[in-house]
Amino acid sequence: MPISKEAFETEVLAILSPLHGVARRLTRNDADAEDLVSESITRAWRARESLVEEGAFRAWMFRILNNTFISERRRAGSRPQADTLAEEGDGDAWPPFSVFERVHQPFLLWFGNPEQEFLDKLLREELDRALAELPEHYRVVIVLADLEELKYGEIAETLGIPVGTVRSRLARARSALQASLWELARDRGWKTSGAIGNRERTPGGMRRGPRRD
Amino acid sequence: MAPEEIDCEQALRRLLEYVDRELGDDERAGMERHLRTCRSCFSRMEFERQLKGRIHDLSLDAAPAGARDRIRALIKGF
Repeated sequence: MPISKEAFETEVLAILSPLHGVARRLTRNDADAEDLVSESITRAWRARESLVEEGAFRAWMFRILNNTFISERRRAGSRPQADTLAEEGDGDAWPPFSVFERVHQPFLLWFGNPEQEFLDKLLREELDRALAELPEHYRVVIVLADLEELKYGEIAETLGIPVGTVRSRLARARSALQASLWELARDRGWKTSGAIGNRERTPGGMRRGPRRD
Repeated sequence: MAPEEIDCEQALRRLLEYVDRELGDDERAGMERHLRTCRSCFSRMEFERQLKGRIHDLSLDAAPAGARDRIRALIKGF
């Protein structure tokens, strides 16, 4: 039997905050997020017979939210699932940019933990801004993997791309996000209290040999 | 069967999939065996796990003021 209107309202209101939270990161602004949530709820009500068990309401509702966003973007002429050939390739996925590689001090034993310090000083607003500034196909895959905590297979199904592409795109998206977080941290004058000197790194974050110049 | 022995490079390649809980049982066991003995890879894994958690927490915003009333009105009209 399809869910009653009262139960539907109760279930929707119980997850309204995370629905808005995810919608805002997908759309990047509050007004579009509210429209997306309203449209998704309308579609969900129309499709209520596809809800096989009320215990699965949250996952079902988020799936409809994701699909509504994707279909709206496609209709608007943007294709968040689209990849260029270069993005599909795996050649530039390793080594990724890594904040950890930038700040980790392997010889610090007890008097400092710069990577923890970096996370402790990272502001929610900085994280939000870095995520918002990512290209859409990167932002969407991070929202699905980290905000919604979908499995790679579910992300692949949502975006209509192979699981291998989800894996490589997610690695690139996180690399780009960390590069952006690193820039924001440097802009606000990031300096670890336990720093013992600068080490030369490649753009990918791997240590180089001694400079010869 | 003992978990597969992996080195740091293999561990780093699988790190994100480990944090995302996407590894199969054998790969996860091999990864955990490596993480128990390698402080550097463990620290890296912890960093990535915490960052993922911070990103997840962005979904915990309160809905905008008035949103609940607007949604109640929307559902009432169904």
